[in-house]
Amino acid sequence: MPELKINGEVHAVDVDADTPLLWILRDELGLTGTKYGCGIAQCGACTVHLDGQAIRSCSMPAQALENRDILTIEGLDSRVARAVQEAWIRLDVVQCGYCQSGQIMSAVALLESNPAPSDDEIDSAMSGNICRCATYQRIRAAIHAAADTLAA
Amino acid sequence: MKASPSTATTGGLSRRTFLQSTALGGLMLGLQLPLAGRVRAAAEFAPNAFVRIAPDDTVTLIIKHFEMGQGSTTGLVTLLAEELDADIERVAIEYAPANAQLYGNALLGGAQGTGGSSAMADSWTKMRRAGATARAMLVQAAAQRWRVPAAEIAVSRGVVSAGNRRATFGELAAAAAEVPVPETVSLKAPGDFIYIGRESTRRVDSRAKSTGTATFTIDVRLPELLTAVIAWPPAFGATLKSYKADKALQVKGVVDVVEIPEGVAVVAEGMWPAIKGRRALELDWDTARAGPASSEALYAEYEALADQPGQAVVASDDTAPRLAKAARKVTATYHFPYLAHAAMEPMNCVAWLHDGRLETWSGHQFPSIDHPSAARAAGLETSQVTLHTLVSGGSFGRRANPWADFTVAAVQVAKALKDKHGWERPVRMQMTREDDTRAGQYRPLYVHKAEIGLDANGALSAWRHAIVGQSIMAGAGMLRDGQVDESSVEGVEPTPYSIPAHSVALHSPAQPVRPLWWRSVGHTHTAFAVETLMDELAEAAGKDPVAFRLALLDGDPRMAGVLKRVAEEGNWGRELPEGRAQGIAVHYSFRSYVAQLVEVSLRADGLPRVHKVHCAVDCGVAINPDQVAAQMEGGIGFALAGALYGEIDIEQGEAKQSNFHDYRVLRIDEMPEVAVHIVDSRLDPTGVGEPGVPPLAPAVANAMYRLSGKRVRRLPFAAA
Repeated sequence: MPELKINGEVHAVDVDADTPLLWILRDELGLTGTKYGCGIAQCGACTVHLDGQAIRSCSMPAQALENRDILTIEGLDSRVARAVQEAWIRLDVVQCGYCQSGQIMSAVALLESNPAPSDDEIDSAMSGNICRCATYQRIRAAIHAAADTLAA
Repeated sequence: MKASPSTATTGGLSRRTFLQSTALGGLMLGLQLPLAGRVRAAAEFAPNAFVRIAPDDTVTLIIKHFEMGQGSTTGLVTLLAEELDADIERVAIEYAPANAQLYGNALLGGAQGTGGSSAMADSWTKMRRAGATARAMLVQAAAQRWRVPAAEIAVSRGVVSAGNRRATFGELAAAAAEVPVPETVSLKAPGDFIYIGRESTRRVDSRAKSTGTATFTIDVRLPELLTAVIAWPPAFGATLKSYKADKALQVKGVVDVVEIPEGVAVVAEGMWPAIKGRRALELDWDTARAGPASSEALYAEYEALADQPGQAVVASDDTAPRLAKAARKVTATYHFPYLAHAAMEPMNCVAWLHDGRLETWSGHQFPSIDHPSAARAAGLETSQVTLHTLVSGGSFGRRANPWADFTVAAVQVAKALKDKHGWERPVRMQMTREDDTRAGQYRPLYVHKAEIGLDANGALSAWRHAIVGQSIMAGAGMLRDGQVDESSVEGVEPTPYSIPAHSVALHSPAQPVRPLWWRSVGHTHTAFAVETLMDELAEAAGKDPVAFRLALLDGDPRMAGVLKRVAEEGNWGRELPEGRAQGIAVHYSFRSYVAQLVEVSLRADGLPRVHKVHCAVDCGVAINPDQVAAQMEGGIGFALAGALYGEIDIEQGEAKQSNFHDYRVLRIDEMPEVAVHIVDSRLDPTGVGEPGVPPLAPAVANAMYRLSGKRVRRLPFAAA
């Protein structure tokens, strides 16, 4: 039975070793902020952090996750995360909102490694996250706004 | 025929009829009937079906429209809170139950549903009156309690006051509930608005959706909830011959496999075992009647049909003679593919049959369809069925579904399990992305053929146009025999342009693929044809594209207004660096006017890169200006995705695309910078969810021509 460290807590989950992290989070642990969009790492709706890196949880089987730190939208609590989420709210980035947990997880990972990204750097870090409502202009603006907050 | 607000129709109602029916029918019902099926708490004040105020000051607004991201929840809250003078930061919201009598949409013939970019237009007077009525009763209660004239009482952000007397809404709730409902109420003058038209009024759902706490259908949690993944037919028109479930049943977590009318459902304790179980099914399908043979075959068949007479949408005796005499002619044939909606949340529904009742949870965009469809599938009366409407991860038309496909499938699975085992466990039917992409219910494939004449002075003299493609309204069972499906031709006819001799013919062949409305419906293809033709005609006439259009928009100041505004804001004709060009288009849809000016270059692969879009919109009063801007930004991104890549290609009845790797949508590095310019207006509000879509693709195609010298006559650009 794999033991997973999620948002700072260790959970023993009774699943097949090939079960993707996404479905462990959603169906076993009730952490539904992480969304299913494609199942093949094409859309980014399922983005979480694995040891601080943004990864697609739909394509990450349980067997690869022992002794690693997993962070989901529910566990976000850093200064960077708060700046990102407050910028998202202030600029009303969301429309349907379904992809936005994944967008925010990618944005937080970006700003934690690069506190002042250019538009090109934002495009390259965020191009794995699809938003079908096309809120991209506001996503870009919110990342810049969060960077400004963090620099202040 | 020219389109103008007084002749534009939606759901068979003219705008004039709509205003009357709002004033006399829906509104009065909405205001006078108590909220059905709900036990009212003691001392709670519920003056109508849209407002509830509890003694603890909780103001709950009942939201009659479905939220798919378009912001209508924020719009309705804005209207109600404005006239109620509630504290908009502190109102709670609840999505309305299925009840068309209370929550029907006059712009959709009284049905309860969200579509046609009609939510704000239907709600503008209705919701403000609902708020003002509640406010008047609270004021009356305070006047009686304090023995002061009502005229001396002020209301601000949930507090009623007169002199140094103050009471909160909650403190007055019980007394207000005893006040007779006033027959008439007055509404605020626009200068007194504190929420309507203000940038400071923000979305009500941003925090929940930025913290992962909003509940979508995929997030519903109920005791003993099961997950069902269905093996759907692999091709349109295919039927199940037989199946073997032995191996699927051996997958850990699979609890059963049941057949439903359209396929075979694998029912499991979670999504992953359901997916694995489905992979293990052995299925034998009969594909003998599957079709259509291919998209390419349809294009050929439709091109031939376009030369036949067809249904006359409009027919002028002058068209043929004028074309024969034309000094110059422009002819063009256009191909538009099937398109999937590809909403981020694949279609789903939770169904729970228990205690002789059915409850469903879903993005129920059309309760007037979903409610009776769910009841039929369960073998129950609608009075035994409760719909819980949730926000959804997009829709773009997909969830406004004549077949209620995702709702019905969920109920069928729940019923099969109850019939077989007596179980009363809730079940979530969840489509995978592949199921969703290949499920049909597409924007149909269309062919257009046009032949247009100019006279010796370069003036438009005649326009003949044929359109071939499935009728969405006939597919939905909503078209009478012989009736023209307006949604197939809207934008070609009626058109705001003055055309001296106009003949439009329509062919609506049926196909085994279900057709469905896709954000902006007929305008997705008609605007492309008309607005690229306008540029061709301007060139043939030796005129500037903006001047050429303006000359044909003489009688339509709002169309001309947005076109001039965008030309000015975007500096039409300005010097651009080598390799960049401007393009422009304007279109009327859903009672709104939108013009877009784009700046484009060509990538190495020949596809356009859109750098900048100026967008001018006239939608009457902008209730939430920042949300109008958001819908224009989103509409532009959605339209660009379709124009660049959107194509479902069918072979032997099978959709060849399945997921985002082969059904590409827009990504952040392809999103242009968008500047939205909203025309200041005091006219009644009109649509914003869809009208941002139609002008984008033709504006880009017009710019591409300036760069490459090639006219684009086939979408997507990637296929041209």
